[in-house]
Amino acid sequence: MGITLAYLGLLVMIPLAGVFVLTAQMTWEDFWRVVTSRQVVATYKVTFGVSLAAACTNAFFGLIVAWVLVRYQFPGRKLLDGMVDLPFALPTAVAGIALTALYAQTGWLGQYFYAIGIETAYSKVGIFIALTFIGIPFVVRTVQPVIEDLNAEVEEAAASLGASRTRTLCRIVLPALIPAMLTGFALAFARAIGEYGSVIFISGNMPMRTEITPLIIVKFLEQYQYAEATAVAAVMLVFSFVLLLVINLLQRWTESIGQARS
Amino acid sequence: MPQPYSLNTYSLQPKYLQPLQMSIQAIHIRKTFGNYTALEDVSLEVPDGKLVSLLGPSGSGKTTLLRILAGLDFADPGSNGKVLFHGEDVTATQAGKRGVGFVFQHYALFKHMTVADNIAFGLRSMKRSERPDKAAIHARVNELLQLVQLDGLQKRYPSELSGGQRQRVALARALAVNPKVLLLDEPFGALDAKVRKDLRRWLRTFQEEIKVTTIFVTHDQEEALELADEVVVMNNAKIEQKGPPQQVYDRPVSPFVIEFLGNVNRFTAGVSGKAGDKPKDVLYVRPHDVELEPEGSETHEYSLKAKVQHIFSAGNYGRVRLERVGTHEPFEAEVPRERLRELELAPGKVVSVVFRHVRLFPKGEFLEADIKDGKLAV
Repeated sequence: MGITLAYLGLLVMIPLAGVFVLTAQMTWEDFWRVVTSRQVVATYKVTFGVSLAAACTNAFFGLIVAWVLVRYQFPGRKLLDGMVDLPFALPTAVAGIALTALYAQTGWLGQYFYAIGIETAYSKVGIFIALTFIGIPFVVRTVQPVIEDLNAEVEEAAASLGASRTRTLCRIVLPALIPAMLTGFALAFARAIGEYGSVIFISGNMPMRTEITPLIIVKFLEQYQYAEATAVAAVMLVFSFVLLLVINLLQRWTESIGQARS
Repeated sequence: MPQPYSLNTYSLQPKYLQPLQMSIQAIHIRKTFGNYTALEDVSLEVPDGKLVSLLGPSGSGKTTLLRILAGLDFADPGSNGKVLFHGEDVTATQAGKRGVGFVFQHYALFKHMTVADNIAFGLRSMKRSERPDKAAIHARVNELLQLVQLDGLQKRYPSELSGGQRQRVALARALAVNPKVLLLDEPFGALDAKVRKDLRRWLRTFQEEIKVTTIFVTHDQEEALELADEVVVMNNAKIEQKGPPQQVYDRPVSPFVIEFLGNVNRFTAGVSGKAGDKPKDVLYVRPHDVELEPEGSETHEYSLKAKVQHIFSAGNYGRVRLERVGTHEPFEAEVPRERLRELELAPGKVVSVVFRHVRLFPKGEFLEADIKDGKLAV
């Protein structure tokens, strides 16, 4: 207990508190002016909006990936299983540059997307691609063990009671997976909000359009505007905290339906 | 064959039943998993309304057979195996359309649903045209909960119930859709001894009440003998013997059945060890057919000397563990308490042992006999 507190204090609490302490050096008016300036507000929208979209996509496709990895036997399954972790290990800048090269107008994949009118680089779509890439392992790795633990008998019981496969999946399997999916979603979402390295290459960083909040913080820092940087950081921190808290509560609520009641 | 929905299906069923109507027929079922043969040309008939037990050690194929009857597994393609329900071929029919109720060893309840929702699941899964309305489902759930004596637990979650209660919810859930056949896979396997015994008795009376053809799988011979109208003993992917419990117990057809059903003493060599005894004969004696006499009593070919190892008495009978003098073969005798006192038995004492009734398997044949005046009375 003591060790845990000391550990968390040193590594998490004190740095976070530092953000607020530094912010507190500003006057309230200055703070408000900085965090509500049009350019900064636009970055909130981009960061939270695209992160949310990416996390939702990951929740859905991550579930499918995890399902296939657990339930199907096919050549290369182990390899694929290992590859899921790559976005964890890859330096994010490398990922960013690779994705940019792929999805730019002249890139391997980008040329086809541009041909049908989707700008995959230097746009929100690009940010979305990067955030989906770095978020997918979170969902897969949280959902996978739960799928492995699913009791096949429960599905058979549903089938023997006359339920169709779809009904079994929606009513029996999915409810069991939702808490894990929410955890994965929350992790992917949190990661996406804070993501910097992989995004800045593919986003183009156009103010008001494809600029993300972490980037604007760095911009402030580069101009030695430390107070402004921490102010934005504080806002982001509060936002993230509230969102994660909500997801946590949601998760606890879904878990309480049946499972945590032993 | 959707059955018309009725609240009182069970009570409306006639008390008399046509004696030879077969509810379930499995014909020439073969099932292999890779190189492993789980069932080898197994055929089984179950008369209407009967309670039948599939008894066997693990790996004998009993659960596989049950799952094939349920439609959760299918016989090997091209093996000509068939499953008929009331004469109707259901070999290729999926589990949900066979009208079976299946109860799993570990209940397989839906954890995130209340007891009531668990039981209603089958009814709510029906096609819209056949599905009863909300009030009818509600009434049916309550009726079933009363039937399994769990009234009042509608709102509980499975994790809030004891093992025995969970198993009864699983049973109610399976019964909700009016199955033609009830299949239970080791229904008491995960329960502790006391609950198991209670629930076993309860299931017996329950089945007599609702009269639905029931097959249950077990590896517990006591359970099978006490509960079933008919016992099907399985071993090594085959049916060894089938018949009423008394018959299977009294007239086992193979060494396997003898050994599997109840305590039995096994003597590999000839009893007296005299010349002329075929050494490969196997002789079986139930503990209650073993009689103990004071040392030095009359001896003959079917008597031997043994040393008392341990005595335990509970109720009217005492269990005596003995070791045969010479070969050190251990065996057991069941002796009335009074006799124990008369003999003044104590560990270490040597006694004469006489067998009243033996079963022999010379060269694979079966020979069962009482012993009279030292001779087999066949």
